[in-house]
Amino acid sequence: MFRSGLFACLIVAALGLASPVLAQSTIYIPAVLELSGAGAVSGTNFRDGMLLAIDEINAKGGILGRKIETPVLDTQSDAGTSRAQIQKVLDNNPYVILGPVFSGSVLVDMALTQQAEIPEIVGGEAAAITLKNDPYVFRTSFGQQFSMPKIANYIRDGVKAKSVAVVWVNNDFGKGGHDTLIKEMTARDIKVVADVSTESGQADFSADVIKIAAANADAIFVYVNEEESARFLREARKQGIKAPLIGETTLLGQKVIDLAQGAAEGVRGHVGLTVDAPVPAVQQFALRFKQRFNYVCDHNGIKGYTAVHIVKYVTEKMGKFDSKLFAQTLHGLTISPKDEPGVLMEASFDQNGDIDRESFLGEVVEGKQKIVEVLPKLGR
Amino acid sequence: MASFIQLLISGLATGAIYALIAVGFTLVWQTSQTINFAQGEFVMLPAFFVLAAMDLGAPFWLAALIGIAISVAVLGVLFKFVVVDPMLRHGVLPLVISTIALSLLLKESAKDFYSAQAQPFPPLVPAIDVHVLGAAVSTQNLAVLAVAIAAVGVLHLLLSKTRLGRSMQATAQNATLARVLGIPVRRMVLYTFLINALLVAFASILISPIYLAKFSNGETLGMAAFIAAIIGGFNQVRGAILGGIILGVLDNMSAAYLSSQYRGAFPLIILIAVILLRPQGLLGRVEERTV
Repeated sequence: MFRSGLFACLIVAALGLASPVLAQSTIYIPAVLELSGAGAVSGTNFRDGMLLAIDEINAKGGILGRKIETPVLDTQSDAGTSRAQIQKVLDNNPYVILGPVFSGSVLVDMALTQQAEIPEIVGGEAAAITLKNDPYVFRTSFGQQFSMPKIANYIRDGVKAKSVAVVWVNNDFGKGGHDTLIKEMTARDIKVVADVSTESGQADFSADVIKIAAANADAIFVYVNEEESARFLREARKQGIKAPLIGETTLLGQKVIDLAQGAAEGVRGHVGLTVDAPVPAVQQFALRFKQRFNYVCDHNGIKGYTAVHIVKYVTEKMGKFDSKLFAQTLHGLTISPKDEPGVLMEASFDQNGDIDRESFLGEVVEGKQKIVEVLPKLGR
Repeated sequence: MASFIQLLISGLATGAIYALIAVGFTLVWQTSQTINFAQGEFVMLPAFFVLAAMDLGAPFWLAALIGIAISVAVLGVLFKFVVVDPMLRHGVLPLVISTIALSLLLKESAKDFYSAQAQPFPPLVPAIDVHVLGAAVSTQNLAVLAVAIAAVGVLHLLLSKTRLGRSMQATAQNATLARVLGIPVRRMVLYTFLINALLVAFASILISPIYLAKFSNGETLGMAAFIAAIIGGFNQVRGAILGGIILGVLDNMSAAYLSSQYRGAFPLIILIAVILLRPQGLLGRVEERTV
C-alpha cells in the first residue's frame, strides 16, 4: 500500500516537473478552420499547407528553439461555432491564432482576438475584415479591395468592355467582392447591365445564365465558389454564352477546370495565389504538398503554408514570443523570400493587416491554367 | 419562349430527382412511421460507392450496378435492422434523432474516406446539347427526366397492379389487419426500405454528374425532398411526385422571373401556404395512409 502510494506520488511529482519543461519546449499556435461543412475544401487545404510548414519548421528545431504545437479545431463552417472555438483556444493563452478561412467566421471572431490582444492570421478575403481598425487581424491573401481594382483594370484595359454582367454568391465572401467590384466598375465608367446573386451550393444555374444572356454584356464577371463556378461554366457553355468570362482565383483553379470538363476553356481572370504561378518556390511547395497529401493544393494551401512562415519570421525578428509586439512588428513589414524562403513570394503588410504581393493574370488553355501576365504589387 | 422551355425542362429534371427522393420518404413513413432525416445523405452515398468501384477498375455500368447493390444492402437492409428496428420501439422521436445522427455520420465518413473535394461523376449519357424550339437542352437533363419517370412508373405499377404491391398498401393502411389477413407485414416493411434504397441509388447516379459527387450534397437534396413530400402530401406517393415537380420548376421559374436573390424563399412560402390551407398536402388525405 505504502509502496504504491509512493509510486503514485512520484508520478504526480514527475508530471508536475515535466509540464513546465514541456510547455517551455513548445509554442501554442492553435488553428481554427473549416474542416467540415460547406468550407471543408478550403479549410482542409489551409490545414494541410499549415501542417507541411509546421513539420518542416519543427524538423529544423522550431521557432527560437521551441516546437510549434498546433491543435486544429473545426468551425463546421459555421460562424457561431467558429466564435466558440476561438474563445476556447483563447482560454489557453495562444501566441498567435491561425484561421479561419470563411470571411463570415473571421468577422464574428475578430472582436474576441482583438480584446485578448492575440494576433489572428486569417484566410478570409472579404473587404470588411480589414476595415474595422482591428490591429490584431492579418490576411494571407488579397482582400477584395486589393484584387478587385486589378480585375477592374483588366476588364477595362484588357477586355476593353463597356458593360459587364456580374454573377456572385450571396454570402460574406461574395457580397464583399460584389460591392467592391461594382464600386470599381462605376469609377471606370463601366456599366453593370446584369447583377445576379446566387446561392452557396447552388446546382442549377439555368435561370441565372438566361438572365445574363439577355443582358448582352461585353464581359461576364463570375464570383462564386469553386464547385458552383464549374456548374455555372457548364451551363454558360450549354447556353452558348460568347462574352468573355472573367473571374478571380475561384474561377480559374485547377479543380474548377477539372470539374467543368472543358467548359472552363478560355476563361480568364486575376489570380492572387496559385500553384501554377511562374515562381520556382511556389512550384516546389506544390510538389512537396502533392507528395505529402496526394492531391493538388489550391490557393488556401498556400495561405496555410505562408501563414506559419510569417509567424516564424516575425518571431525570429523580434527574438521573443510576445503576441502584442508581434502585431506591432507585422504592421508595415515586408517579408522577402531571401530572408524567409517559406513566404514563397515577397509580401508586405499595411497598417490594416492587408497583404500586398505580386499577382497574376491567368487564362485556361487546353485544360490548364496558364499565367499570361505577372502584375506588380499595388504598393499602396 | 425558348427561355421558358429551357427553364421548364431543367426544372422538371431537378423536380424529378426531388420526386424520387420524396417518394422514398413517403414509402418508409407509410409502412414504418420512420421520418428519415438522413434521406439526403442516402442520396449522396451511392455515388461514392460507384466511384469506389470504378477506382477498383470496374467500368461505369458495372460500378453503377455494384453501387446500387451496396446501397440496397447498406441503406435498405442494414438501415432497417441496425437503426430503425431497435429505435422504433422507443417511439418516433428517438428514431428521428437517430436518423439525424446517422446523417452526420454518413456525411463526415464520406468526407474522411473520399476527401472534402467534389468529384466528377460520369454521366449516364454523353453530354450533348439538343435544341428544342430554340432552347438548348442537355441530354443529361432529358435522361434524368426519362429515368425518373420510368422509375416512378414501374413503382406505380408494382404498387397498384401486383399482389405484392397491394400487400404493401394493406400493410401501410392497417398493419394489424394486414397481419390477420396473412400478409407478412415485417417482410412488406423491409421491401419498402429496399425500394427506398433503390430509389435513392437511382437519384444519386442521375444527379451526381450535374451536382458532382460531394459529401455535403445531401443537405440540399434531403431538405428539398422533405419539403416536396409535405407540399404534395406525406401520405401519398403521387403527392410526393407532384411536390417534387412543383419544387423543381418553381425554383427555376422564380429565379428567372421574380428574384434570384429570394429563390430559396419561394418553396418555403409555398410550404407555409400548404400547411395553413391544406395541411394534409396537395394530394394527401386526412388521417389516411396508403402507399
